[in-house]
Amino acid sequence: MNRAQSPLGQPLDRVDGPLKVRGQARYAAEFDVPGLLYGAVVSSAIARGRVLRIDSAATEALPGVHLVLSHLNRPPIASYDEPYEDADAAEGSPFRPLYNDRVLYSGQPLALVVAETQALARHAASLVHVEYAAESHQTDLQAVREQAHPAPAEVPPPRGDFEVAFNAAAHRVEGEYGTPVEHHNPMEPHASIVQYQPGGELLIHDKTQGVQNCQRYLEQVFGLQDRIRVLSPFVGGAFGSGLRPQYQLPLAVMAALALKASVRVELTRQQMFTFGYRPRSIQQLKLAADGEGRLQAVEHQAIGQTSRFEDFTEHEVEWSGMLYACDHVRLGYRLAPLDVYTPLDMRAPGATIGVYALECAMDELAHEVGIDPLELRLRNYSEINGNQGKRYSSKELRACYRQGAERFGWSRRPAQPRSLREGHELIGMGMATGVWEAMQMPASARACIDADGKLLVTSATADIGTGTYTAMTQIAADAMGLPMADVEFRLGDSSLPQAPLEGGSATVSSVGSAVQRACAGLRQKLLDAAQQSPASPFTGASPDAVEFIGGRMCLKATQHAVELKRIVEVSGALESEAHVEPGEQRQQWATATHSAVFVEVRVDEDLGTVNVSRVVSAIAAGRIVNPKTAGNQIVGGVVWGIGQALQEETLIDHRLGRYMNHNLAEYHIPVNADIPGIEVIFVEEHDSVVNELGSKGVGEIGIVGVAAAVANAIYNATGKRVRDLPITLDKLL
Amino acid sequence: MSENPSAAGAIGTCTITLVLNGEHRRLEVQPWTTLLDLLRDPLGLSGTKKGCDHGQCGACTVLLNGRRINSCLTLAVMHDGAELTTIEGLARGAELHPMQAAFVRHDAFQCGYCTPGQICSAVGLASERCGYSREEIREYMSGNLCRCGAYPNILAAIEEALPAVRGQKQEDAR
Repeated sequence: MNRAQSPLGQPLDRVDGPLKVRGQARYAAEFDVPGLLYGAVVSSAIARGRVLRIDSAATEALPGVHLVLSHLNRPPIASYDEPYEDADAAEGSPFRPLYNDRVLYSGQPLALVVAETQALARHAASLVHVEYAAESHQTDLQAVREQAHPAPAEVPPPRGDFEVAFNAAAHRVEGEYGTPVEHHNPMEPHASIVQYQPGGELLIHDKTQGVQNCQRYLEQVFGLQDRIRVLSPFVGGAFGSGLRPQYQLPLAVMAALALKASVRVELTRQQMFTFGYRPRSIQQLKLAADGEGRLQAVEHQAIGQTSRFEDFTEHEVEWSGMLYACDHVRLGYRLAPLDVYTPLDMRAPGATIGVYALECAMDELAHEVGIDPLELRLRNYSEINGNQGKRYSSKELRACYRQGAERFGWSRRPAQPRSLREGHELIGMGMATGVWEAMQMPASARACIDADGKLLVTSATADIGTGTYTAMTQIAADAMGLPMADVEFRLGDSSLPQAPLEGGSATVSSVGSAVQRACAGLRQKLLDAAQQSPASPFTGASPDAVEFIGGRMCLKATQHAVELKRIVEVSGALESEAHVEPGEQRQQWATATHSAVFVEVRVDEDLGTVNVSRVVSAIAAGRIVNPKTAGNQIVGGVVWGIGQALQEETLIDHRLGRYMNHNLAEYHIPVNADIPGIEVIFVEEHDSVVNELGSKGVGEIGIVGVAAAVANAIYNATGKRVRDLPITLDKLL
Repeated sequence: MSENPSAAGAIGTCTITLVLNGEHRRLEVQPWTTLLDLLRDPLGLSGTKKGCDHGQCGACTVLLNGRRINSCLTLAVMHDGAELTTIEGLARGAELHPMQAAFVRHDAFQCGYCTPGQICSAVGLASERCGYSREEIREYMSGNLCRCGAYPNILAAIEEALPAVRGQKQEDAR
């Protein structure tokens, strides 16, 4: 297909759009299953201790209640750690739901009430009375920061001599930055329907970013090999919350096995605060520069919280050793266990909070040195990843700075804080750099063409709103020279070819490469099949001698063409499966996406309220498969960054060890009125190393740096440097 | 209703009638069943979403006698005789409602879970005496959360479709 006609790179409408706007896309809790029973979870009211007694007499007396499931009567489950270790497990002993009488955190599921309606289950669950032997707990990271232990993570070793370089430098800044617990809060609560089949097989609808991860987990935990199929065609947002199997899934399976019936367990919004989250962090940054602003020394030390049973780690401090050129770098990362659940990857895990601290410190350094913050970044620009000593496979960050600054009007920013005012509003401008890894994971895909010329491509990946359906359809349509309407991409089914977890901005890179390769195999099969017919004009033609355009295969030399469906009419349906591993060539290079984000804020001097009034985000992420859906991803990331900067914080009452604002009225996320116009620029970036598509992925990069740019803009507006997120009005008054 | 009456215990069910997406329906409901739960479970109209069940997110927005309402915050028995339109009732056969079409064109969603509520809310807005500027649309659409953060595209879609939807409503009213 010639490039002008190729769907690749076109801003096409989402292929699943019509289903979604009609309300016909079905999410995990929405499948009609005959005889379905409904589960409601009883959550722990204490943060640490033991369950002494579960009194469910009143519950069981209600007509329509089928089961009260707890550690006392659950079906057998694995006892060792290994079966519970899923593809995104942290180091340690994974949580085992309803395993024994131990209470490890407030909100822990202790029982499941199964009844004939959801309302009855919920009412019945409220009648379960649990007696505890409570033990003293600790949920405050600040209180135990001194007892933190080194994180089991590969933090880059120190380079140069930080101490000497820091002390000798002309300019120094240091500060402590804090970020709070945040919860993913996808709009769709986590839910599972376990459909009990006549033969004892389980057909499961689950909200997940990895159907095969859930399938494996259940097989291992329940010892149910070859009896489980997990489906997840639509996911109502996840942002990381679906990377690990959440507890409603094994609970629903337990109930289905115990009752030999189909069971649905849907968490309440309050219960969406009873599993993974972005961990609270305390970070110390020390930066030093010479008279011209060239970085002489960088130190980034972070303390994160984790649970008592797992050591959750993320890439939090690495960015400070790779984003800018510096010879003397010291990085450290420690963890403090608390009586809480294990944290979980949440949109751009680690980078979101680590780059926030680094990029605020860079702003502070710019003021200390007396140069423009953008100029400071340009003076320290690095073509290599200093942690690895490798060149970037591509890095068009300079273009991001230039194009973003121009579009935003950065040159109009006053250097002096608190010097722009309109009525009672102080106006400020800030910027920051963003960075995220450009990863690739092993992945498979299958492509099949039928005699109607329709192509079906499948892989067990997910579309959590990221546009996977659309992007994969585009990649396949391009590879086969077929119109979009003749291509269907299917995902979210554990029986499909292997795919990695849908996360880390790696899906286009990983699954997209497999789709491309499967289509290449199918093209070869079509050519082989055409060559089978007697006196075929394609006899002896090599794959390079033919091209696929407009539903036909053409000999380049003679323009002789045959419709693909004519070939398949004779040969019968053809299919090709491909498995793609990350390319060897990646080893020699550092690979990353970059961004430059520019923000304008208006701060009400009397009220301390902050309005973000303009954002420009310039992104370098390689080839963009669909600028419409990719742009939407970046906008969403920016919205998340604004929420992180100004609103999001899960507050815990440390006396009870329990979250206080576990609902959407008190856990604030941005609403439409909070969000200004957001301009997204994709700068041109060519990369032949990351994968055959040259695409790096865009799910995370949009958020990284945004909170720092907002904080820096607030400083520019007010002269106040708030280092603890979120920057709420009380901190500005 | 597919729900087992035994679950209702001693309290009986109530009979209500609704004009649901243009169709007259006679329904037996338990007195504590919310409009949302009635739609999603027994009726299988799962296009109306449950995001919080507490009136905090707007995902369950439907049109009750033409006005937008959080269906999780009201009981079904309170609406005997009402006219109810859900996301499933907006399109005319294969033809999308102008608001639905605008949402697709502007990519005004990602995961799609808040989308039915956003669209019903926007259609409801067309009957109100507000929403005549971008700022007003943003303000009056702020009861519908979108965690994916597609707000700028939601705004663009509504801004484009509102005049046509208002025009249609005025015509229908004549």
